[in-house]
Amino acid sequence: MKIKVFVTPKKNVLDPQGVAVGHALESLGLLGLRSTRVGKVIELELDGGDSPQFRAQLDKLCRDLLSNPVIEDYHCEITGG
Amino acid sequence: MNISVLQFPGSNCDQDAFQLFASGLGLPTRFVWHKEKRLVDTDLVVVPGGFAYGDYLRCGAIARFSPIMGAVREHAERGGLVLGICNGFQILCEAGLLPGALIRNSSLEYRCITCDLAVEDAGVAFNTRTVGRRVRMPIGHGEGNFRIDEAGLERLETNRQILLRYVDNPNGSLRSIAGIRNEEGNVFGMMPHPDRCFERFHPSRDGVKVARAVLSKRFPEILKESAA
Repeated sequence: MKIKVFVTPKKNVLDPQGVAVGHALESLGLLGLRSTRVGKVIELELDGGDSPQFRAQLDKLCRDLLSNPVIEDYHCEITGG
Repeated sequence: MNISVLQFPGSNCDQDAFQLFASGLGLPTRFVWHKEKRLVDTDLVVVPGGFAYGDYLRCGAIARFSPIMGAVREHAERGGLVLGICNGFQILCEAGLLPGALIRNSSLEYRCITCDLAVEDAGVAFNTRTVGRRVRMPIGHGEGNFRIDEAGLERLETNRQILLRYVDNPNGSLRSIAGIRNEEGNVFGMMPHPDRCFERFHPSRDGVKVARAVLSKRFPEILKESAA
């Protein structure tokens, strides 16, 4: 199965990178921009199927390693499970 | 008292930290490779600056899972002293040994300057009496912007866990925080480098005072030596 983990800065945490990218988008003529947030996508491919146990394990890995809950949110998309 | 300086792949201030304690303070100091699982006869663990694991994923995110970090956690839980400098501070936050997190500087620039820092009254070990009202220490980081939620920030203030504040905030840190301690007062983290200010040719010799203050929690006698 394939898993995409999306990690984004928390809504209430300053995202200096997002602010800078937003400024660049505006300077290129983008109108009406309200907010820009820069995150990252982590793609995993692994053997085995989806299950509640696997979801729990994935959730823990996201909290412990792939994201830092102090500053980031995450969500996962699983396909081919 | 024995000092252990950790070494991760990508640490680059390990030698500086070693010299601070070995030559600046004249204490028995050794390196401990991150693959080790035990700390031998250690009073203070120093987690040095650098770019452990290339800062991949997030600064400190991968280093916190190194084998030695289990021993560091046990050492800290027993009340042992831990000092994280720069990348070491980031690693201790990622490991949950210190609250909060360090994100990209608000300027997006890597800042490499010598900073004036206001010393806070952070309890018995670290205060203006043991360190002085102001110190001057170099910083060199791209991710030193300290962040924590509102409740956590108030806890830091109320418990007097803030060690140092920038006089002129170089990175956007909340309330100009440059260094903190844990609630128990045995784990310390700071972005400025005491390991880059202890020799005659350094911008100041304040690193020695800061290092002594960290040790004085367990070894109050070390402050007498600084008066001598």
